[in-house]
Amino acid sequence: MTDPCQPQISRRDLLIASAAATATPAAAAAGPQELAGEAPAQATVAFEVNGAQRTLTLDTRTTLLDALREHLQLTGTKKGCDHGQCGACTVIVDGRRINACLSLAVMHEGSRITTIEGLGAAETLHPLQAAFIRHDGFQCGYCTPGQICSAVAMLEEIAAGIPSHVTADLTAPPQPTAEEMRERMSGNLCRCGAYANIIAAIAAVARRGT
Amino acid sequence: MRAFTYERARSAAEAVAMAARTPGARFIAGGTNLLDLMKLEIETPAHLIDVNRLGLDRIEPTADGGLRIGALVRNTDLAADPRVRRDYGVLSRALLAGASGQLRNRATTAGNLLQRTRCPYFYDTNQPCNKRAPGSGCGALDGFSRAHAVVGVSDACIATHPSDMAVALRLLDASVGTLQSNGEARRLPVADLHRAPGETPHLETTLAAGELITAVVLPKPLGGVHLYRKVRDRASYAFALVSVAAVVQPDGSGRVALGGVAPKPWRREAADVELPRGAKAAAAVLLAEARPTDQNAFKLPLVERTLGAVLAEAKG
Repeated sequence: MTDPCQPQISRRDLLIASAAATATPAAAAAGPQELAGEAPAQATVAFEVNGAQRTLTLDTRTTLLDALREHLQLTGTKKGCDHGQCGACTVIVDGRRINACLSLAVMHEGSRITTIEGLGAAETLHPLQAAFIRHDGFQCGYCTPGQICSAVAMLEEIAAGIPSHVTADLTAPPQPTAEEMRERMSGNLCRCGAYANIIAAIAAVARRGT
Repeated sequence: MRAFTYERARSAAEAVAMAARTPGARFIAGGTNLLDLMKLEIETPAHLIDVNRLGLDRIEPTADGGLRIGALVRNTDLAADPRVRRDYGVLSRALLAGASGQLRNRATTAGNLLQRTRCPYFYDTNQPCNKRAPGSGCGALDGFSRAHAVVGVSDACIATHPSDMAVALRLLDASVGTLQSNGEARRLPVADLHRAPGETPHLETTLAAGELITAVVLPKPLGGVHLYRKVRDRASYAFALVSVAAVVQPDGSGRVALGGVAPKPWRREAADVELPRGAKAAAAVLLAEARPTDQNAFKLPLVERTLGAVLAEAKG
């Protein structure tokens, strides 16, 4: 019996296969047009990504998001708005969820970074990944890696006693209620509108205390 | 984004020395606002000084019973600090009403104070904006101005200051500690940090070039009931149309400050005197100089009603 909650082929494999089937001759990669007198500056940064030490020499303009996607090929983290408004790029840095698009890679010397690839794999799903599948917490799936990274860190924020806008008593420990989780997940947009199922998936994991 | 060089400072003294020898340099901490503006080439620094490792990330008691908040304390950590939650609830509430969990985890205390307006004409480089391009005009005055300021405005600019945190700090009579480029420290009230736009809306603060905020200092706690009520177009993760910060004492006296209506956190000490007489009397003082547009005139009754709701909540 195959487990209906365990995908047999990863989304990425599927995309690579379909892209190869429709590939056209690639245009030569064109770098950004540099204005005279504005030579790009390089800097070297070392950080840990999903348990592996990585050292990169980058154009200083490279965001953490672009470093992960374009330089480390960790394309699970998605670029949505690229302005910190949608949450698709959410990753966990030193235990905190942040928007990877609004942070320069060179600012993360010594950081410990966890992306969706570091939370689980197709054979070893993180409990929240399994819950998103079981509760149908997505349609197109583009916002999902950010939703899951955000939710993992969000539940830890509640466990650490960090209050939110809807916490009634600032001096009491917050509880993982649906109202609390909705407020705390407001930095992750889903254009498919899967919010009800996203909250159901997160609530299922919160109830189990994992 | 324009190219820039980058260096990390290890102390506040080193950071201001770096800034002094590099014209056009900017400090970067959380980067949640600066990097956004750099992508749009509204901010074009040639050099960035990373101030994340200055050791200014602690909250410490002061000798006179207040708190000294390091400039680099993240918004999440400030809102969650047990002393802030217990004694300065209005500050926790204001922080938690702003941005998203992800942004609060990166944004710093000083960066929040220095964030720039979200006026859509400031953000759209195809539009005139006296703040972004001095002398080019104001697109908002005859444009889409529903979210704009109604008090403290000028003919050159009607943009709001977007911070919630700053409104609570103004209410609490907080002050800002800085290190100037000559190496000397100074203190100024939060009330004096942001300038009125006047004819020069591109000059937003009274900080000198290369001056670094090192701390925000809270006076001793006020007691009373602490409330922050924010009215916005969405239930979460949106800027204020109107916000009201208040500390109300059992006898009905207290203080009030407004967000979403002015180019700076808006407080009129004379309005505090009117608080026991109710929202109408206090709002009349707060909004005495109001110059709304047709589109944002709704903010005047909204201030009075939001303040009324806050005062009713304070009574329990």
